[in-house]
Amino acid sequence: MSTVETSYVEPARRMSANGWTTLVVFLPPALLLFTVFVALPMAEAAWYGFYNWDGYNRPEKFIGLKNYGYLIGNATFTRSLINNGLIIVVSLLIQLPLALGVALMVAGRIAGAAWFRMIFFLPYVLADVAAGLIWRFMFDGGFGLSSVITGALGLQPYYLLADKNWAFSAVLIVVLWKYFGFHMMLYVAGLQNIDPSLLEAAEMDGASPFQRFWHITLPLLGPMIRLSVFFSVVGALQLFDIIVPLTGGGPFETTNTMVSYLYYFGITRMRVGFGSAVGVVLFLICVTFAFGYRRLFMRDD
Amino acid sequence: MSFRRFTIAAACLAALTAPALAETTVTVLHVSENADQKAVWDKIASDYNAEHKGVKVQFKYLENEAFKAKLPTMLQSSDRPDLFYSWSGGVMQAQDKAGFLKDITADVASVESAMSPTAVDAFKVDGKVVGVPFEVGEVAFYYNKKLFEKAGVKAEDIKTWDDFLGAVKKLKAAGITPIVVGAGEKWPMHFYYSYLVMRIGGEHALADAKAGKDGGFKNATFVEAGKRLRELAALEPFQPGYLSTSHTQSSGFFGDGKAAMDLMGQWFIGMQGPNSASGKGVPEDDIGILSFPIIPGGKGKATDTLGGVNGWLVTKTAPPEAVDFLKFFSQPKYAQEAAAHGGYIPVVKGAEAYITDPLVKRLAADLAVTTYHQNFFDQDLGPSVGRVVNDVSVSVAAGEMTPEAAAAAIQDAAEQQ
Repeated sequence: MSTVETSYVEPARRMSANGWTTLVVFLPPALLLFTVFVALPMAEAAWYGFYNWDGYNRPEKFIGLKNYGYLIGNATFTRSLINNGLIIVVSLLIQLPLALGVALMVAGRIAGAAWFRMIFFLPYVLADVAAGLIWRFMFDGGFGLSSVITGALGLQPYYLLADKNWAFSAVLIVVLWKYFGFHMMLYVAGLQNIDPSLLEAAEMDGASPFQRFWHITLPLLGPMIRLSVFFSVVGALQLFDIIVPLTGGGPFETTNTMVSYLYYFGITRMRVGFGSAVGVVLFLICVTFAFGYRRLFMRDD
Repeated sequence: MSFRRFTIAAACLAALTAPALAETTVTVLHVSENADQKAVWDKIASDYNAEHKGVKVQFKYLENEAFKAKLPTMLQSSDRPDLFYSWSGGVMQAQDKAGFLKDITADVASVESAMSPTAVDAFKVDGKVVGVPFEVGEVAFYYNKKLFEKAGVKAEDIKTWDDFLGAVKKLKAAGITPIVVGAGEKWPMHFYYSYLVMRIGGEHALADAKAGKDGGFKNATFVEAGKRLRELAALEPFQPGYLSTSHTQSSGFFGDGKAAMDLMGQWFIGMQGPNSASGKGVPEDDIGILSFPIIPGGKGKATDTLGGVNGWLVTKTAPPEAVDFLKFFSQPKYAQEAAAHGGYIPVVKGAEAYITDPLVKRLAADLAVTTYHQNFFDQDLGPSVGRVVNDVSVSVAAGEMTPEAAAAAIQDAAEQQ
């Protein structure tokens, strides 16, 4: 341990005038931007969270932890938390394995691989709001894809987005469709970094395709998988843009995520203090996850 | 450079920059997407600019939701508009309490005497005038005459709530969707709840609830209104999937002739055509207007109206030219022009005579004889309580929430404010 430390201290001690110049010139702008646009707003939000404030003038009505109290046991907020959890579960259990499977197929030098990759990646390029609007039409029981299916089967028109029990599955489908290509691309990049000679050697030693995948490809893909899980969870916690055009949080507030809850119950109702409190809760969840995950799983990456 | 030369140069420079310095810009921020309305406003602005050297009036547009979200920040910055669009009500009161609005009571008294008193009163806070209205509207049932005929329903026979429920049943029996509603956006459903409260509780119902009398919003009027709404919704009068239908879609649904009625504000007239599949909608001759039915035994009258009152508010730092423009804008000749070409109902008395559209004319006639005009509940109550009214209106109609729980939810929101 001590040897490692000295080896790190050495270059620091030798930090030349040149190094200081770099520090003095490059650090303040970055630090200033970070302070003004990240640290200060966060501190302000934490402060507003203690007030009943409509966004006008200075916050004056201090109400302590009441805003946080409203959240405990609030059915709509609880539902939003559960929805965020559902997105994470579906992302990890369905989206990522699917992305990996498709990546294995299109990473190799098969004919048209580049085309397939592009097609699968396309939804990710589309703006979230546009995706939400398009799928809103697809799910419409009167004239969308859903009406074509029910029509062909001779069933009554079905309005998924108006069904309080199943409307959230529409959100899950769109999330799957939209972000699966992104994770596939991560895996494709990871797969292309694996030295083919390792797989060839294993093949010569008589390893079956499954053994090659399980003992060579998967472990070597580890860093990429951990990264993709990280993106998946953080993305799921922050999901917002798809919800607004697709369901608007309805019916009966069953399809909100934490961020859309913040928007509909904090911002549009001009309850800025309450919204800030929701933001603080979201921030704490994200930070806990990000640091915890990095410490536990991404130490070596 | 000699001194003389310098002074000449300075004088020239001053002469060049003087007009630019003297130019006062008056910015007017609005949310209107109505092209006809905008055209009238632009004309007024250009007339004013032509008559007043050194003043430049500019109309600036922001999308509705963006306007509502950005305004609090804008008002606190140096970027604030001089005049801005308002629905009056709770938001306006909050803006006044925060000290952003100018007291213009003395300045506009002359123009306001020519306006409808209810509209003028909507822009007063504690007796002082903070804004000038330009438009007033009414929410009423638009009905498809052909579909009514097909089902054997006579519009003129619908006077009471029971008549109305009877008509709904008849339409349903004839295989026609009786009512289209954009409940996905919630506020279209709150028109039902609002009108029911007005018909049951009369003109003091909302004010009393706000003041916390008789249990505030938990009082019998609000509970009864919820029960009546559920009574209607239990007949399943709405189009399939109404919980996810947007307001735009719903107007198109009516325009396609797929539903017999829509309870909506005056803007509906210009919307049902463009949003229909054909782009033409139901011909205006085939559309009728029906006032919201009365509840026998209720305190409200058939002539009590619900509808928006829109106007301009003046910010505290606005130059005197802004108020001057507002007076210029409010002249009867422009109200008449708006009535003829702007597609809205101006608040200036007598302007309704210039309205050409028969449906708008009918609404204007209602408003001219209104016994009590109520602003939209969600505007009147302000966003934090108003949005709860919208939420519970949908939940009660769908049977997701009891009328008692709905009334209690509104009261909770009012107490948390």
